[in-house]
Amino acid sequence: MLKDITLGQYFPGDTIVHRLDPRTKLILVCVYIVALFCAKSYVSYAVVAAFLVLSMWLSTIRLSVIVKGLKPLLIIIVLTGLLNLFYTEGTPIWSFWIFTITREGIRNAFFMISRIIMLIFGTFLLTYTTSPIALTDAMELLLNPLKKIKVPVHELSMMMCIALRFIPTLISETDKIISAQKARGADFESGNLMRRAKALIPILVPLFISAFRRADELAVAMESRCYHGGKGRTRMKQLHMHSRDYVALAVGIVLLAGVIVLRSFGL
Amino acid sequence: MAPLLETKNLSHIYSAGTPFERTAIENISLCLEQGEFVGIIGHTGSGKSTLIQHLNGLIKPTSGEILFGGENIWKDAQFTRQLRFQVGLVFQYPEYQLFEETVYKDIAFGPKNMDLKEEEIRERVLEAAGFVGIPEHLLEVSPFELSGGQKRRVAIAGVIAMRPKILILDEPTAGLDPAGREKILAQLRNYRSRCGAAIVMVSHSMEEIAASVDRIIVMNHGSVFMDAPTAQVFSRSRELMDIGLDVPQVAQVFARLKQLGLPVEEGVYTVDAALQALLSLKGGRHA
Repeated sequence: MLKDITLGQYFPGDTIVHRLDPRTKLILVCVYIVALFCAKSYVSYAVVAAFLVLSMWLSTIRLSVIVKGLKPLLIIIVLTGLLNLFYTEGTPIWSFWIFTITREGIRNAFFMISRIIMLIFGTFLLTYTTSPIALTDAMELLLNPLKKIKVPVHELSMMMCIALRFIPTLISETDKIISAQKARGADFESGNLMRRAKALIPILVPLFISAFRRADELAVAMESRCYHGGKGRTRMKQLHMHSRDYVALAVGIVLLAGVIVLRSFGL
Repeated sequence: MAPLLETKNLSHIYSAGTPFERTAIENISLCLEQGEFVGIIGHTGSGKSTLIQHLNGLIKPTSGEILFGGENIWKDAQFTRQLRFQVGLVFQYPEYQLFEETVYKDIAFGPKNMDLKEEEIRERVLEAAGFVGIPEHLLEVSPFELSGGQKRRVAIAGVIAMRPKILILDEPTAGLDPAGREKILAQLRNYRSRCGAAIVMVSHSMEEIAASVDRIIVMNHGSVFMDAPTAQVFSRSRELMDIGLDVPQVAQVFARLKQLGLPVEEGVYTVDAALQALLSLKGGRHA
């Protein structure tokens, strides 16, 4: 049940997408998102989609896995589509009672839905092909200049790293507690809202206790290894940019430039 | 008559259809009878935990079926839920599932879910607390104030209070000191002889298994490697060692004695039996 959550999960692999420097991937995703929001026509959407399809193909992550991640967001996607479909002014082509569908509405709904789906696919691809540790490393390095204005970049990225690290642990812990309480006859599926909310207590109390226990243990473990924050800390695995990273970045820049050029031509 | 609990060609695949696909158990068929004391041994990842979670309907098998008293436990949701009261499952480190304000309320959680009357719940809680040796004055204390061993016993009492016909425990003694281990094992034996319930115990400690159970199921790579009475399983200690499992020290000694050519039987695995065997070897004279 909970194990099916694939959000933010990392699928180890050895493709060119996996091997790219995490900084490159992070920048590329940002560029991709900007390009996606700049796109205004079928042509430019097709260009961005081509980039996405190429990356997905190179990563060899199965489409079904990515599509599964869409499930929790399905309601938002459908709702956005419907709102755009019915609430866009323009040439009406179909009308019933208070509902009117316009040509522009169909167009808007299509663009909105593709934009959300492509946005999700792109960011999923990042987390599927990059381990959380690599991702936070990249973030810390990219944000390094902010240290000049006293932003605690290292501490923030350490916190993020720990949070990401504990998502799977807490999910499996929750799974275990749910099973244990089910084994004692707990019922989470029936009854009214109040009853269901109450049924969560036997899960939440042990979960919080174990989260605090883990936090405590981790703090002791870090302290006993003399962790004292980011100052003067070196890395065992240095990140290096390779030629493939420069190629990928160049492709990203071409993509963004292309979309902007298309936009200036009104396409 | 149909056995109490039976599995037929049970298989389970985790995360089917993703890169993490993994067959946890494969084609497992076994029976559990009233009042048996069964031990399950095997390596980490041999499918023990997956198997026992099938037995009370927490995991749905990918293929195969589980019968309780001859009826498929998945035939309807109500039956599956009722089954969980009949087949009590105590997870590993069960003390981490305690949540109530008092020990009493925590033990009463299971019986309450069975929609029993208040007096009946009270009776069951007191009885279960008695079985695991939790004195009455501790019942109104918060479970979080107890020691580790006490918490563990409270959690076990929470399952015993449902009066299951089969009690399954996943490493009930893990992480306890020797005295705490012996206490829990003695209480389990006592519970079984008083209530006639079947007990299934997963354990990594061979000594513990040897001292308690009548029958052993050995799991290896997701399937049943051996399923036989304790003496028979330990008489094949060579095979157990070949798949990397430990055998009780006494059984190791006797396997070696036999190797050295002494006329001893191999199915000796307890100190008492060893004493008898050695005495008879010396010609029956009591030293």
